[in-house]
Amino acid sequence: MARAETLPLRQRLAGALPEHVLSDDETRVSVAQLLHGTSLDGRAADLAGRSVLIAASRQLTAALALIELDGVARRVTILPPDTSRDHLASIVADAEIDAVVIDNGSRWDSALDLPVRALCTPGIRAGRNAAAAAAQTEWILLTSGTVGAPKLVVHTLASLTAPIGGGKLNHAVWGTFYDIRRYGGLQIFLRAVLGGASLILSSGAEPVAAHLQRLGRDGVTHLSGTPSHWRRALMSPAIAAVSPRYVRLSGEIADQAILDGLRATFPDAAIGHAYASTEAGVAFEVNDGRAGFPLTTLDHAAAGVEMKIVDGSLRIRSPRTASHYLGAAPAPLRDGAGFVDTGDMVEQRGDRYIFAGRRGGIINVGGQKVHPEEIEAVINRHPQVRMSLVRPRPSPVTGAIVIADVVLRTAPGHTVADSKIKDDILELCRRTLPRHKVPAAISFVPTLDVASTGKLARRHG
Amino acid sequence: MTIKLTIMDQMAQVAREHGKTLAPLRDDLVLLDSGLDSLGFAVLVARLEDTLGIDPFTSADDAIFPITFGDFVKVYENGAR
Repeated sequence: MARAETLPLRQRLAGALPEHVLSDDETRVSVAQLLHGTSLDGRAADLAGRSVLIAASRQLTAALALIELDGVARRVTILPPDTSRDHLASIVADAEIDAVVIDNGSRWDSALDLPVRALCTPGIRAGRNAAAAAAQTEWILLTSGTVGAPKLVVHTLASLTAPIGGGKLNHAVWGTFYDIRRYGGLQIFLRAVLGGASLILSSGAEPVAAHLQRLGRDGVTHLSGTPSHWRRALMSPAIAAVSPRYVRLSGEIADQAILDGLRATFPDAAIGHAYASTEAGVAFEVNDGRAGFPLTTLDHAAAGVEMKIVDGSLRIRSPRTASHYLGAAPAPLRDGAGFVDTGDMVEQRGDRYIFAGRRGGIINVGGQKVHPEEIEAVINRHPQVRMSLVRPRPSPVTGAIVIADVVLRTAPGHTVADSKIKDDILELCRRTLPRHKVPAAISFVPTLDVASTGKLARRHG
Repeated sequence: MTIKLTIMDQMAQVAREHGKTLAPLRDDLVLLDSGLDSLGFAVLVARLEDTLGIDPFTSADDAIFPITFGDFVKVYENGAR
């Protein structure tokens, strides 16, 4: 008999009760109903064995398609909502995509010319019609790469659900500020449906206050988001509408201020911050209300999870990690011994390890990874710029923001001209880059340090 | 310029750069309804640190999460003392 974790998602949800629902700001869908019906108008058989792009505009329809296609499709690639059109062709090629699932309102409707196209709707039609389970479906998640193009990270339902215990939650209602089309949100989706709980999804255009009120009205008990999501929520008077039993943070460094702020707002809740990344999976959870993690975590990780610190960065080996990247010449995701180098630098302070930023200068702006090289390349296009260094500046709102040090071809000095150049550079950045990558400030500096490797000297942290 | 006027000035500037429309800045305006999003506030706090010389959010012992524009101004006025 197959082990439970290798069964398709649909079979693992067999115990779902009618009151377990997935909902967004428009629709409520019973998971049990989907187990005896189809959200794909019976088209799952056409998608069997194919590499399917999930290009839904709503998280709800993406969730329904994932439940229906796990164990049926050869591969599902989950497109996050903010994916750039410029990257679509390489994603389709690298994941060998030959079918697409869209929903009403999908902005990819006209951009994709693929052999099979299926429409997913939250209106479930009766009748079981999915093809028999094939091999384990690969779940492909996107994460940001160095030059802007996303990396395609290969998981399976087994690796995604390895961090999730087998226990059922009594009358739990999960809510998440995350989008379930990224790793952090997908964890919450799977945790909710496998734990026999309902899940309240966010909606793209919904204001924070309306989302919080909806979470409160639908009785959220378990609520999850990044520290930036939580900082924003704590700035809303509507935070009073929710009283979760469990508050979870992940996806960014949880500093003491946000942990204390949540403790003050939810004095009776359990508050935990999890360490997870798309590649490394969920490694551990910290529940003592303090930033960082205890030194003993390294020796007392959850079953099957091994952690070590080499050259200052956290390395993880576990059944929860992704297996590899897709693409023409993918970088190795794990080393020879099977460890994922997270690139997250840690420093020992007393009895804790504290996160000290990312190696290679990667900056986390409100949960979105920013590679400084991409921004520097844009700044360096300006004819007056000789070189530039983009670096993080700590922010109490988004954890970090990006700022730039710029060396001009001619020495700075003429104030009016300098200010014009700054405006021009910022305008160039705004035209070319998403908002979170536009530097909040630019400083002209006489010179930048170059390391012995010939590369710009970057300090982490 | 007073702290409040500096904040209003910088908020207008950030809103312009981010292509957002700023609501009239009354003291009881809920910050999340002001037109700026998280990223806008992150940029605002950084700019205010450069113009006013303080970041009261990072330097405070206790976590501060202002809800209204009036709260936000008070945080800076208290921080400047």
